[in-house]
Amino acid sequence: MIPGRKVKEHVLFVVCLIATLLSIAGLIILLLDAFTDGLPWLDLQFINSFPSHHPEKAGIKAALIGSVWIVGLTTLFSFPIGVAAALYLEEYAPKNWFTLFINVNISNLAGVPSIVYGLLGIGLFVESLALGRSILAGALTMTLLILPIVIVASREAIRSVPRAYREGAYALGATRWQVTREIVFPSALPGILTGTILALSRAMGEAAPMIALAALAYINFPPTSPLDRFTVMPIQIYNWVSNPIREFHSLAAAGIIVLLAVLLSMNSVAIYIRYRYQKRVR
Amino acid sequence: MGKTYLFAALVLTILVYLTFTSPKTPTIEIDGSSTVFPITQAIAEEFWKEHQIGVIVGISGTGGGFKRFIRGEIDIVDASRPIKPSEIQKANENGIEFLDFKIAIDGLAVVVNPQNHWVDYMTIQELNETWRRGSQVKYWSDIRPEWPHEKINLYGPGTDSGTFDYFTERVIGEEDASRADYTASEDDNIIIQGVAGDPYALGYLGYAYYKQNMDKLKIVPIDDENGPVIPTDETIIAGDYPLSRPLFIYVNKEALKRPEVKAFLEFYMEKAEQLVTEVGYTPLPSSIYQENLQRIKQES
Amino acid sequence: MTRGQEWVIEKLLFLCALVSVFTMFAILVMLFLGAVSFFQEVSIIEFFTGTQWTPLFKPQHFGILPLLCGTLLVTIIALSVAVPLGLGSAILLSEYAPERARKVIKPVLEIMVGVPTVVYGYFALTFVTPILQKIFPETSIFNALSAGLVMGIMITPMVSSLSEDAMLAVPRSLREAAYGLGARKHEVALRVVLPSAFSGIVASIILAMSRAIGETMIVSIAAGSTPKLTINPLEGIQTMTAYITQISLGEAPFGSLEYRTIFSVGLTLFLIVFAVNLVGYWMAKRYWREY
Repeated sequence: MIPGRKVKEHVLFVVCLIATLLSIAGLIILLLDAFTDGLPWLDLQFINSFPSHHPEKAGIKAALIGSVWIVGLTTLFSFPIGVAAALYLEEYAPKNWFTLFINVNISNLAGVPSIVYGLLGIGLFVESLALGRSILAGALTMTLLILPIVIVASREAIRSVPRAYREGAYALGATRWQVTREIVFPSALPGILTGTILALSRAMGEAAPMIALAALAYINFPPTSPLDRFTVMPIQIYNWVSNPIREFHSLAAAGIIVLLAVLLSMNSVAIYIRYRYQKRVR
Repeated sequence: MGKTYLFAALVLTILVYLTFTSPKTPTIEIDGSSTVFPITQAIAEEFWKEHQIGVIVGISGTGGGFKRFIRGEIDIVDASRPIKPSEIQKANENGIEFLDFKIAIDGLAVVVNPQNHWVDYMTIQELNETWRRGSQVKYWSDIRPEWPHEKINLYGPGTDSGTFDYFTERVIGEEDASRADYTASEDDNIIIQGVAGDPYALGYLGYAYYKQNMDKLKIVPIDDENGPVIPTDETIIAGDYPLSRPLFIYVNKEALKRPEVKAFLEFYMEKAEQLVTEVGYTPLPSSIYQENLQRIKQES
Repeated sequence: MTRGQEWVIEKLLFLCALVSVFTMFAILVMLFLGAVSFFQEVSIIEFFTGTQWTPLFKPQHFGILPLLCGTLLVTIIALSVAVPLGLGSAILLSEYAPERARKVIKPVLEIMVGVPTVVYGYFALTFVTPILQKIFPETSIFNALSAGLVMGIMITPMVSSLSEDAMLAVPRSLREAAYGLGARKHEVALRVVLPSAFSGIVASIILAMSRAIGETMIVSIAAGSTPKLTINPLEGIQTMTAYITQISLGEAPFGSLEYRTIFSVGLTLFLIVFAVNLVGYWMAKRYWREY
């Protein structure tokens, strides 16, 4: 046995282990940093106040409400369109070049830098459709951004519905839409929901297109209409991080904690849905 | 099944209708100088406590703010320089009438990193040579031979900033004639962070921003042939500090007809003296604010 | 359910699928029209070969090389972090780790993908940069290294998970044969699995690279806003994405030449990302086909 080979095997293992641990460590240090910096500043007053030039009085209320509005409206738009598109592509689309073209488009859209969606939002929704820098414009922009994610996730869920289900229904004389609506959609629903929720968490955390669209203005009121100006949590965090006064960095960290908490709850819901319905199918 | 679709369509129509007719929060739109921003923001904060009216304050820079203002997009412009003749002309073309109000005095602060132990003061001439277009100054020793032979890293406002306009006119002598190879940002915070983090940095920005971050920056006294002067509230208001300028807001006369705007402006002039000081700027004599208040009350 | 209704429904679904085509169309139209309008006043040659980028100053220079250089610098740093860490994790997960460990490690790596990029940006500016400044005192507060390192951490899961998929796709029989010949684990991993999964691994790196090129927040917060041609990672630079963000925030009047730089830079960015993605997908398809 050639000496050293056994050692090399262990060496590789250690190297790979270190690599893995380093990546995880990076994440953990980041979270620890944000938590230790932000937790002292996180209190009810923080959640319930508007931005201020006094760090002690500043709060994330406008941004939190804005984020809820944006994600809410985005869900309203992206869920029907995304699921409908996925259903079409999986159940109806003929295997021709045009369908291939649509598929290629969707893959490409997923790779477009998010700031480009911001530009699109400004040109199309803010200017051309004259919606102004409103929540509606922001939600529509977000919808376009996460649509590819919703479609891809939904398609996977739809694809995993066993063929036998469909065949049985067709054999009973059901039309394509009946099969889609009564059989495929309900079976794929858990997967679709999971995927949509994950896409929506992306929408909640995405900053670049929102910054371009909503701009960095100081806003001291919660929006009451989809045509109001708005701000979202990532924008507020960005604002605070850019402020050289140290206290605002801690505020940014507190904002990050709130944002991560919201994302965590959203993802937990998604995981819970996936878990419960996986058990059911078995 | 048909009924479900009908129901859905009905709900959708109602939502769309509500969207476009539900009352938008009455808001006042303000944009412009990042130098004036802290004052306007502080006043907007206090205003909200009493009146629950939404105020939006942007920081596109004095130039950017004026561009929006003369298009009628915003109600009030924060400005760290007076309106230019070309801007007045465009406003006239668009039928925009406005009122101008001085609201504070600001010094323009030249700052270096706290670890910079060689700069005791700088003359206007030295600043001119360092910052003007085509300047060949690369090292600190290019300004004065006894200074270190290290690269100067410059930070300053961008071209849309009123502070930039004031600096180029006052120090360089010609509008816009600044060199371009520096870290330019409308966001004063970036300038502060840049200079605070770089031992060989040199930057300029509004005095109030310096005051808020005195622990991170070192101020450079300025010599305009009368000896070096440090900017303080006293030297600025006395005119001894060579780089002082007034700050303004310009108001669209049409907007003033709206009760919330008028209320805001009156509140502005009432609270300005107190809040201007709080934010770190130098207030004008009380009489000026009284005058402003009178002019506003007359406009209705 | 009549045939007419069926037809209507199919068309409605089809329209929804078309939204994606419309989106791509709208993006391309917007970028092209803006860029064309821009290039009527600025020569393409100057744009792609000029070494100064000063659209907001007089005299205006429109050479995009400094922005390209900034993007490239940050991307290279990010990849030099993500490739070793990502490959290392992938090898660990596919060749060494028992099922129980995989169940824990994989979700953790997935979480990293879900963390918003603002958070990474905050981390770069408030944690990484001060540490860098202690190690290299001449580090500027905005620098490419900090942003690149953090971006590397962010894209590591992309390299790791896709490479791992590629490696898992290598048939067991290949491994068994190697073990049968007396090979040890590291030889199997490095000399059998890696080469077979090579195109898949390269695909993962390329896709991670395109993500790094298009990333906006980390660089906007931590890398700086000074376009310059430099390979010194301790200096502040500006990437294409950060520049676009800066302008769209209102630093240039709508419709002006300076504003239209968004479209020329945006189009360049889009085309670069598109090309990189194409290469990535092509390589991914190659490895799929082999098995």
